[in-house]
This record gives sequence, structure tokens and C-alpha cells, in this order.
Amino acid sequence: MRHSINLTRLKQADAHDLDRAREKLQSVKKQHGDLAVGGAATAGAAQGPGRGLMSGTNSAFVKFSEVQKTYDGDTLVVKNLNLDIARGEFLTMLGPSGSGKTTTLMMLAGFEVPTNGSILLEARSIDAMPPHKRDIGMVFQSYALFPHMTVEENLAFPLKVRKLGRAEIEPRVKRALERVRLGGYGKRRPAQLSGGQQQRVALARALVFDPKLVLMDEPLGALDKQLREQMQLEIKHIHEDLGVTIVYVTHDQSEALTMSDRIAVFDDGIIQQLAPPAELYERPQNAFVAQFIGENNQLHGKVVAMNGTTCKVEIAGAGNVQALAINVDAVGRPTVLSLRPERVQLNPTPGTLPNVFSAEVAEVIYLGDHVRTRVSVCGHNDFVIKLPNSEGLVRLEPGAAITVGWKTEDCRALDAN
Amino acid sequence: MVTMAVQIARGPDGMPLRTKLARVERRRKLRAFTLVLPLLLFILIGFVLPIGRMMFNAVHDDTLLTLMPRTTAALSAWDGADLPDESAYAALAEDLKQAWAQRATGAIAKRINYELPGLGSQVTSSARKASTLSAGPYKPALIEINPLWGRQDVWSLLKRGSSAYTAYYLLRSVDYQYGPNSEIVASPPENAIFWDMFLRTLGISIGVTAATLLLGFPVAYLLATLPAKYSNLLMIMVVLPFWTSLLVRTVAWVVLLQQHGVLNEMLLGLHIISQPAQLIFNRIGTVIAMTHIQLPFTLLPIYSVMKTISRTHVRAARSLGAGPFYAFWKVYFPQTLPGIAAGSLLTFILCLGYYITPAMVGGPNDQMVGSFIAHYTNEELNWGMASALGAILLTATLVLYYVFNKLVGVDRIKMG
Amino acid sequence: MRKTRLMNVGALAVIGLAVTALAPAIPAFAGEQLTVTSFGGPAQDANRKVIFEPFSKASGIKVNEDVFNGEISKIRAMVESKSVSWDVVDLYPGLAGQLCAEGTLEPIDWKKLGLDRANFMEGETTDCGVPEVVTGKVIAYDKDKFPSGPKTVADFFDTKKFPGKRGLQRRPVENLEWALIADGVPLEDVYNILGTPAGVERAFKKLDTIKQDIVWFQTSSQAMQLLADGQVVMAAAYSHRIVDAVKSSGKHFQIMWDTQQLSMGVWVIPTGSPHRDAAYKFLAFAGLPRPQANFANIMPCGPTNKEALALVDSAILPDLPNAPGHMASALMINAEFWAEKSDELTQRFTVWVAK
Repeated sequence: MRHSINLTRLKQADAHDLDRAREKLQSVKKQHGDLAVGGAATAGAAQGPGRGLMSGTNSAFVKFSEVQKTYDGDTLVVKNLNLDIARGEFLTMLGPSGSGKTTTLMMLAGFEVPTNGSILLEARSIDAMPPHKRDIGMVFQSYALFPHMTVEENLAFPLKVRKLGRAEIEPRVKRALERVRLGGYGKRRPAQLSGGQQQRVALARALVFDPKLVLMDEPLGALDKQLREQMQLEIKHIHEDLGVTIVYVTHDQSEALTMSDRIAVFDDGIIQQLAPPAELYERPQNAFVAQFIGENNQLHGKVVAMNGTTCKVEIAGAGNVQALAINVDAVGRPTVLSLRPERVQLNPTPGTLPNVFSAEVAEVIYLGDHVRTRVSVCGHNDFVIKLPNSEGLVRLEPGAAITVGWKTEDCRALDAN
Repeated sequence: MVTMAVQIARGPDGMPLRTKLARVERRRKLRAFTLVLPLLLFILIGFVLPIGRMMFNAVHDDTLLTLMPRTTAALSAWDGADLPDESAYAALAEDLKQAWAQRATGAIAKRINYELPGLGSQVTSSARKASTLSAGPYKPALIEINPLWGRQDVWSLLKRGSSAYTAYYLLRSVDYQYGPNSEIVASPPENAIFWDMFLRTLGISIGVTAATLLLGFPVAYLLATLPAKYSNLLMIMVVLPFWTSLLVRTVAWVVLLQQHGVLNEMLLGLHIISQPAQLIFNRIGTVIAMTHIQLPFTLLPIYSVMKTISRTHVRAARSLGAGPFYAFWKVYFPQTLPGIAAGSLLTFILCLGYYITPAMVGGPNDQMVGSFIAHYTNEELNWGMASALGAILLTATLVLYYVFNKLVGVDRIKMG
Repeated sequence: MRKTRLMNVGALAVIGLAVTALAPAIPAFAGEQLTVTSFGGPAQDANRKVIFEPFSKASGIKVNEDVFNGEISKIRAMVESKSVSWDVVDLYPGLAGQLCAEGTLEPIDWKKLGLDRANFMEGETTDCGVPEVVTGKVIAYDKDKFPSGPKTVADFFDTKKFPGKRGLQRRPVENLEWALIADGVPLEDVYNILGTPAGVERAFKKLDTIKQDIVWFQTSSQAMQLLADGQVVMAAAYSHRIVDAVKSSGKHFQIMWDTQQLSMGVWVIPTGSPHRDAAYKFLAFAGLPRPQANFANIMPCGPTNKEALALVDSAILPDLPNAPGHMASALMINAEFWAEKSDELTQRFTVWVAK
């Protein structure tokens, strides 16, 4: 059930590809039990609000159905989007700029109109509903606080629009301010606040009228790293406390991994993969996701044998690699092997690993908790190994000859882009 | 602690840091001052001095003091109750003779004519006759020559002339003048035109400002929100009039608005009107032409402020539940106020000084203070009146600016 | 007044500079020469053709031209500083009278000139000038609007009989006179009555009756434009301009010769002119009937030499302000009166217009 996400992706595929895709899905399911590390994380996420999500049913809180968007009539910015978001979920749309994630968010907010398809909120189409009727809170990257109003007036704005009385507005504004720990700042103007404080006001304002849904468009993009990490936790806690549904847009993967129940990775107007953070990291479904989320070593090769869930891939001039067959078509087709740097073992005991290659150290970078080593292996000289700074760390010098090895299940054969 | 601080506050050469800082700062300030010096001098010579001189001219007039020195001296002891005695008349006779010989009677006559209209030519003619008087008593002789010398108001005027400073021009500019005994009285109705004219100037300026605001605001909004390829074209259309001389634009309005002008012919052709409408040489023409000329001055500051207002503000307001109009009115519009204030102030102050346009497309009842200043400067050479009107206009502008500042706050204004 | 003196000093300085600057630039002519200063424009062009050039040809004296705008302060400054660079100047008789009384202008020796003063229209107007030309300010109207036209100045003031806007030049001269004549004052009494406060009141009162229907203009040439654009149905204008507009652009303007107001131009010689003899020769030539008639043929202004009228082209004669039939109801503008009263009446007029 958790892999309903793949159905979303499959819908974009041609009909004749469907069967093969199902097979792949089966293979992922099977691996599940084998993967000790990824399994726990996925299980944790699976207990979150995202559980029970059914693609193709009407039970979703927000539903994008066959949505397309073009601005110029030639190129689609969003290509045939299908996405369900559950009530109370924290869903992040992650992707490089121009991938269509912000356009998708703006269509949900009502500031952009889908060229095709429809968006449903609580099973009702909101295509014809203007933004102010949608009851969706929104936090903008630029905060969009009204400079001519005080913080209190900013917060009271959505309440006044809803014709609430003064007696009701005041306590709600006060509570909202306290929630973001800005109790004493009500009389100030936005310009008198720091960036982090302004961001918290914007957050409070988007929540003060108890919207069903809150959209956040790169809300932390303008903050420095430390403040950003602090705010990530705050937003996460607010989400947990209030149980509100949040759709969050960012291009920062660590932000997405920190906060989300599920992450939709966008590229080229398509959701490349929709999954909980751990699964996304542990089990990327294609080369783009593998490359975009976390650090990743890529080895280009050709499939020479398929063996159920595994396959043998020939790296030109280096030999064969045993890998999990995740997204490979058939024997003889090119593939990209994806391998996380921390899963590579240095000088493994011979015979313990199916994939062992000799390598040469090119560069060693000391990073405190770990040592990053760039080595030359299988004809690739940008192959990176992360060695934890723990007992038994071997000191390496550039030019040293070593061997590297990895398990079959840590090496994923993906599409060759 | 104290010793520490002292140690820290000294540089390696033992000189206090404070002194060193002051020295460095002084050099920097001197350089900055040298850079602004040419402009400072230019403003001083080209702006402050002439305006100061104008303000001075509004109250300074030593015509009678210099041209009739004996008379004005003799009158310093006069109590003003009755006609002065023989000695004053003798002084007058001598002054008139001197003036006649030096061909200065014209200036005296002109000065007296300002305050007592119609007496100028009599002063000249009696000076000619007085130049033939050789012996006293002068009092009966001068009154015999012209009864004007037996008039209380003439002598009061001469006595006022013993001071080089006069409030006459300022009084006249607000429809007051001196009475026969130097008391301040309201000008007679046939002379009382200036108060009305100041109000008219104010009224036209407010009207034109309001019109430019109504027309300019939507265009500025369009300019600020349209994509660049359209807004650039529109911007050129807005700025285009700037490249045309004011005179040409005003004449163009004459062609458009006159009896058989483009506009009237069009309205007649469309059978909207049956008689040509009087659109020119009246208030309508004045306001139309001035509005056209002032439009960019109001529009551009508003535009430049609108350009800085983020679109996301309105979006945020919409997402918070505000309808399109409410979001515009409560979130967008208040942020344009600094631009509106700047544009309006600019246009209003510029309007106060208009005179060419009202002269060309307005009627006699549409002439503004500026026309009179120009008239007194160029045609009547009455520097006193021109300066007094100018000084009052300047003062009124400054007062209005002050009030505006109190109400709106100039620090909030953005000129772009 | 202080300002005037300042201006004089300024003018002196400027002229002084100009003279020093120009002196080396002017080539030394073997023969005689003189400088004639006039108001420029078409009149000066016409003068060049019929007087300056024929005079030069006949006498061998070169004529240098200069242009001014009637600023008598320039003449005063030249004479006072004894650096006269203008030998003959075109001037209004009123101003000529003022300068003559001061001694700034040379009294004309008519014997030396060899012309008969009695033969000149308004020859007695000033001792310091030779009448050059006479112009007439008339009321002109659009024949298409009023086929049977206004006949008298009273008609001009009758907005019931002749509805529409009237164009007048924004100045008291001519307008106050017309107002009094329209109010029934005989021509010969106009200036006597206008010289009294009651007369001034009467004139303004009469003007009040058409004040709403007046379109004021600044310069006399605007009258043509206003008439042509249909902005006014009648306007005060110089007769020669109307004639020119009818001839050259086919406008249907008609001149009402009744109570036309005449003004003169006179040639004067500033005191201390360096080419006094040449100036006399020039004036003698300019006063001859033939050049004067030639001038009228080009530009329909009146010749001042009475013998010249007979030499004017018969087709042009009826267009001249001093053609035989036009003089009966003409009023000669009293230059002396205006020299004296201009300031006070202008002041009053300005206020009246603005009210």
C-alpha cells in the first residue's frame, strides 16, 4: 500500500509499460523485508498521516487530477499531475527551480488556473473558486507582511475579513502570536522585526484563521542556515500540535527530509517519486531522485544478466557489478548504478562482498564527523566514499592503492536517464 | 579597567585614538564639502540670493526717500493731523524742481500713482509748473498749481516715504491699502482682485491635482503591473509629452478645443451637441491643458512606488480571505500613498506657479497669481507688486508644505 | 526710479562691450555709411526694398541695419554715454516726444531736409521726427458671419444685433477710446473726457457691457488667427494685416473703416549721431512721395507725404488707412496723452480685466 506512489508515476507511463512497471513494484515489495536500515524508517513514516492514502479514490483531502499547466501554449510546466494529499499530512514538493512545484502550489492556492484537469478539495472541485474563498493559509518566501500595518493588524486581517468581532479577534491574535513566541511584538511594524521574526509572524498570520490547509512557498529561503534549521523544527512542531495539513515547497532537500511526512520530488513538470523521506533516500526509483536526494555515486554500465530482483551490470573496462534491478529494462540495455558514499566499504575482507574493486585515493577531505575521500575506481575518478570518524579510521594519503566494495542491495540499477 | 581603557584608547604613537579619528573624519568631511561646494554656490547665487532679493523688494521701496529727500526729511516731524506747514512745502518745491531737472518726476509720479491711482500725471504736470516757482510762500502756490498738494492722503503717502520700507505692496496683494491717514483699510472693490486670485489659484491647483490623480492612478497601476513589453510602450506614451515644449502642447490644446476645433467638430459630427461648446478661453480649457501637462508629474512618483509593491502582498491578502477589491483597497492602495502624496505635492506646487498656459487657454477670470507676477515684472515694471505677490505665494506654498508634512509626513514620501 | 537707473547702467555696460567688440569687426568703408534701426519683420523688409537699397544706390551711402523693440532706454544710454551707434531710428511719436523734450533726439531742421513740413500728415506731432508711415487699427469681421456687417463702433458693442465673441488686444490703448465713442462721445472730445476720472469710469462701464464676450489677446498678430479659427466674429486689428490676409490667404474678412484709430511712425535722429549728414540725406529720401508710395504698394500702410497718395497703385489705394474716404471718422491716437496716462490707465485696466 505504501507504494501507491508508484502508481502515480505509472499513470504517466504508456499503457504497454504498465505490466513491466508492476513487476518492478513487486520487486520493491520483496526487497522491503530484506532491507534492515530502510525498513525501520519507512515503517516510522508509514505510521504518519500519510497512511491509508488511496490513489484513485475520493477520500483524499486534496486531489490533483490530470492537471496540466502551460503559460505559453507550447511547453507544459506541469505535465499531467495526479497527486493525493491526506488530511493532516505534511507534504513537501521538492525539486530544482523550474520543475513545476511552485506552479502546482499556486494552482492549489488559486493564483494560477490549470490549463487542463481539476483540483479537488475535500472531494469538491475548486477550479472555479477564487483564492479568497478557498480558506487556505499561505506563507510566502518574501513573508508578504503588510508593511503599513502593525504585527497585530497583520494577524487581525484575515479575522476582520471574516467579520469577526473585536472580542473574538483580540484573543485569537494574542494566542497566535504566543504560539510563535512573539507575544510582546504586536505593536511593532514588520520592518522593525528581524527576518526570523517576520517569518514567524507570517506563519502566525497564515494559521490564525484556522485554515483547513496551509501552503508554504519556500518560506525559509531568505533565512540563514542556523535560523532555518530552528524554524524547520518550529514549523514541524506547529504541524504536530495543530494537525493542520501543510503543503510545503522547497528546493532544499535537507529541509524536505527534516519536516515531511511525504516528499514529492518534481522535475521537468513530473513527480519523479513520491515517498516518505527515508524511503526516498534509501530507495530512489530513478537516477534523478538518486542524484537529487543526498550524495550519490553513479556508475554507468550495461545490463548483462537479469536474475529476478538482482542483475549483473558490466562496467566497461572494470568488470561486473551485482546490483538490485530497480529500474532496468532488459539485458543489453544501458543502466546507471547508484551507490550511496556511506555504503562503500574500504578495504573489505576478501570474499565478504560480491562487489570489490581496486581503487586509488585521489583526495582526502577532513570534515570532523567523517572523512570524505575521493577515489578513482572503475574508470570514474569522482567516486566518493564517506568514512565515519570513529575508532579504527584508517589514515589515507592521496595516491594510496586501496580496494573498495559494497553489497548487492546497496547498489541500485536505475534508468540510464 | 580604567588603565586598560586608556591603554586601548591610544595608538602606537601615543596619540589618543579619538583625536586620530577626528583628524581622519575631518579630512573626509572636507573632501565631501569640496565636492558639494560648486552646487552649494550655484544654489546660493542662483536661488537663495534672488529669492531673498525678491522678498526684500516686497517690503523695500526707497523711491520717495531718495528722490524727495528734503520733503521726506521735513515730514519726519509732521504729526499727520493737519496739512504740514510752509517748510514742508518749501522742501517739496525744491524736490520737485530737482526732480524735474533730473527727469526723475516720472519715477515719483509712478510711485504715487501706485497708491493713489490717477494722480501720476498730475504729479508730473505740477512738477513742471513748480520748476518755475522762484520764491515762497510755497504752500498756497503749490496748492494753486494743483489741489493735489492740499490733500491729506498725498501728504500721508509722502510721510510714509520717509521710510525705505513699506507694507504697501504686501497689503495690496491681499486687498488692503493705506487710508488717507496711513491707517490700513480694505481696498475699494474695483481694486480688490488679489484675494480672489489667490483663492482661484488654490482652487485650480487643487482641481488639476485631483484630475491628474484620477487619470494618473489607473495608468500608473497598469504601468506597474503590465509585462515589460507593453508597459515600456505605455511608458513612452506617458513620457512623450515631456519631450515637447510646454508652449507647443498648449497651442495643441488650442487647436483641439477651439470653437471649430477637432473636439467640437467631432462632437458636432456625432450629433452629441448642436452648438459648438465653449471649451477654451475659460476654466475648462485651463484645467484640461494644465492636467495634461501635469499628468506625468503626478503619475511617475506613484508608478515608482507601485513598482516597489510586491505582488505577493495582494496575493497574501487574497489567500487570507480578502476579495479582490478589499485586498486592493486595504493592502495595495495604502502602500501607494507615499507615491500619491509625492505626486500630488509636486503637481500642486507646480500648478501654483502656472501662468503661460492659463494665459493661452484661459479667460481673464482664469488668470493665476503667476500671470500677475509676470505682468508686473514684464509689462508694468512694478517690482514691488511682483515681489509681494511672489513672496506671498512662496510663503503660502511653504505653509501648505508644512501642513502637508504634519498631516502626511514628508519622510514617508517617495519621489521614486 | 532706481531700477531704471540700474538698467541704464547695465545697458551702458552692454553697449560699451558690444561697441568695443564690434569695432574692429566692422570693415572700414571708403564711402559714407549710416545705421538705420527699425522693428524688424515684414515692415523692415519692405523698407529695405523701397527705401534702404534705392537710397544707397542713389547716394552711395551704405545703410547698415539694426533691429530693436522700441526700447528707448537703449537710445538714452547711447546718447548719455556719447557712443551713438544708431543714426536713424524708427519710433512712435509719443516716445519721440518724450525723448525730444529731454534732448535725446535731434530737432529736425526741415530747411536742411528740403521737405515741406506742412505737406506731411501730422507733421507737427513732434519737432524731432519726420513722419514715416501711418497705420490704422480697425475692427474687422468675418463677412460669412455678418454679410451686412457692423457699420459703426456702436455695432461692435451691440451683442444683440451681432452676437459672438469679440477679440481685443489686452491693453487700454484703443479700447478705452472705442468704448467712449460707442457711448456717444464725439471724436474730438475723446481725449478730453478720457482725461477725467469720470471719463475713465464711463469708458470702463461701457466695456463692462461686452466684457463676457471679449476674447483678449496679447499681440496684435493673434487677431488674424482668432478670426480665421472662428473663435471670434470680430476683432481689433491693423488694417494692413487684414488686407494681407484677404489677399494672400483668401480669407473673407471685411474691414470696418468707421472710427479707425491711427498711429504714426516717425524717423528720428539720436543726438550726437556720428553720421548726421548722411542721416539727413536718408530722411530727405525717405520722405519723398515716390519711395513712400512704393512702400504702400508693398505693404498697405498709409504714406505720410500727402503727395504720395496720388502715386499709389489705384487698386491699393482704397486699402490704405488714409485713403480719402477713410479719414472722415478716423481718430488719431493721442501719443502725448498716452505717454502721460499709460501707467495709471494700464494699472486700472489690468485690475479691471482680471475682475
